[in-house]
Amino acid sequence: MKMKLEKHTNKKKQLKQAIAFNLFRLMSFGVVAVLAIILLFIIVRGASAINWTFLTAMPEEGMTKGGIFPAIIGTFYLIGGSMLFACPIGVLSAIYIHEYTKAGFIKRFIKLMTNNLAGIPSIVFGLFGMTLFVNTLGFGDSILAGSLTLGLLSLPVVIRTTEEALKSVDDSFRIGSYALGATKLQTIRKVILPIAFPNIITGLILSIGRVSGETAPILFTVAAYFLPKLPTSIFDQTMALPYHLYVISTSGTNVEASRPMAYGTALVLIAIVLIVNLLANGLRRYFGNKVKMN
Amino acid sequence: MKKFFKNFLEKFIEGILFLSSSVTTLTVLLIVIFLFREGLDVFKQSPVEEGFAIVINKNNPVKEITSPQLKNIFDQNITNWKALEGKPVNEYESKDSIILFRIDNISTYFIDAQLGDSLQYVGKCISSLVDSLPGIIAFIPDKYVDKNFAGRKLNMGKITPSQFISGKEWFPTAQPAAQMGVLPLILGTLWVSLGAILIALPLGLATAIYMAEIASDKVRRILKPLIELLAGIPSVVYGFFGLIVIVPMIQKVFNLPVGETGLAGSIVLGIMALPTIITISEDAIRTTPREMKEASLALGANKWQTIHRIILPYSISGITAAAILGIGRAIGETMAVLMVTGNAAVIPHSILEPVRTIPATIAAELGEAPQGGLHFKALFALGCILFIFTMTINLLVEYISSRNKYSKR
Repeated sequence: MKMKLEKHTNKKKQLKQAIAFNLFRLMSFGVVAVLAIILLFIIVRGASAINWTFLTAMPEEGMTKGGIFPAIIGTFYLIGGSMLFACPIGVLSAIYIHEYTKAGFIKRFIKLMTNNLAGIPSIVFGLFGMTLFVNTLGFGDSILAGSLTLGLLSLPVVIRTTEEALKSVDDSFRIGSYALGATKLQTIRKVILPIAFPNIITGLILSIGRVSGETAPILFTVAAYFLPKLPTSIFDQTMALPYHLYVISTSGTNVEASRPMAYGTALVLIAIVLIVNLLANGLRRYFGNKVKMN
Repeated sequence: MKKFFKNFLEKFIEGILFLSSSVTTLTVLLIVIFLFREGLDVFKQSPVEEGFAIVINKNNPVKEITSPQLKNIFDQNITNWKALEGKPVNEYESKDSIILFRIDNISTYFIDAQLGDSLQYVGKCISSLVDSLPGIIAFIPDKYVDKNFAGRKLNMGKITPSQFISGKEWFPTAQPAAQMGVLPLILGTLWVSLGAILIALPLGLATAIYMAEIASDKVRRILKPLIELLAGIPSVVYGFFGLIVIVPMIQKVFNLPVGETGLAGSIVLGIMALPTIITISEDAIRTTPREMKEASLALGANKWQTIHRIILPYSISGITAAAILGIGRAIGETMAVLMVTGNAAVIPHSILEPVRTIPATIAAELGEAPQGGLHFKALFALGCILFIFTMTINLLVEYISSRNKYSKR
């Protein structure tokens, strides 16, 4: 009797487990399916819009014809500009946080502020960029103002990924270097950075993905609605892919007629993100194997 | 000498590193300063458009009036002074009704000849009109109110913070007085974000548990980059997808006049919050000590019982942090919401109505608001509210995760 009861509860137990696990598996695949649907939808619809002229021509006729060349170039300028600002400052400050500060108030304070900065909504960065860079410093709506705003936005990401990279360098390397009489700076430059380098690069590449798709911070700092020419200086306005997609899918001159253009633009944006992610993952795998061998 | 130089270099570089690390702190401080400097100005200004004045008959005892009252008067929801003041302005009830006057209606009272060839007598005409009608309230340009003016300028109360927060109407460009009530926007933001978390939390938690405890290493190695990719898709692409796929779907399924609803916003935001929730709760689940899991298994519990009774209770604070952070992401999200929620600034009664969130309002209206004007400043005040929301959420997460750390050691 007792055996039977035990068997019964055991069976019930296993049944519950089977139900729960299958449910979780189903939900996880549901999440992946959502991703697949979004990607496939944009790739399939967008592929027919993409051709050489689309990528290299100026927009025409209220953006219902022609291409998105200035938007692509604008986005690359913004990526370049923001990374030029965020990479050095981000990497340097991560080095300071991880290598110089000891556990204590200063470290916690800097980390807290970095986390806070990461949590600030992108539209607030837009407001801030507009008051500080566009108005107070007088850059006007320009690539410079937009890049700086985007740079500040991506700073926490750069810091965090660099810190992770530095964390993964084993302490024995540091101790070994000091034991050989090297100073702190020498240790960082000759020992730690070379080992952490691949992971740092991966982090930087991932933050490029983030910058390329941000729309809210550039709305009021750089983005031009329709500007069929390339920017000539850092004080020029420019078109940018995410803003372009927003405009032609919601408030363009003829929303229906510019649908194919919108699909095409979305695909180019997705392509940039995909390439960046693949690159980062590839690097991670490639260097991951290498670093372990040391 | 060489050693000195070397030491100097070390210190110098350390200084540069320190400066770099202070950039984030500096930025947060600057954001606070700039945001609040502009935003708090809202409470120093009168809601009447600059260059205009509200005037009444000089015998009218009304002293001050709020901007919602003024709007009700001009919308003819309040039609007599008694309703406003508690007692009639005139002893005759018939004369107590409010007579509206805008500068545009001047031709109904005066002919062109009275106004003068170059409109030089307009001021005098208005003055005499205001003097003759006890129940009048006039919305006229400032320049006509001079020394000889027979009427009395009515003071408009400044917008108070409580009015700003609890006001139910958002018409920042309304005439004669801007209506700056952000309650519908705050409620819209919270509704959409809560809806998003209701969708994202079960899905995200299930995925996190699956990835951390159930899936094989191989499946995990495929899932992880896919989740990262989901996080990498730009918000404007999510918005575009929502606009083209989810919005028409909702319109069809619920048979609505428009598909741009709070529900559409919640679904899109839910998808966008997934990666945050998955990554953070997976990390939390992984911190469960192996001994605890093994002890549970050794006592005869199966895997599901271990997850359900040991791992989830152990990692609950991390999961809470993930949920809160997910809400934070949803509250601050701009573009996707702007594209799919329909942006009607009214207090939502169901999730199948258009709503408008704080970030979407800023993004949609800042371009049109004249710089330095009341509307412009009100949008910065919205930015302040958003900043306070997200800052609170960040500090809450920080508190939860730090408390977690101490209790476990």
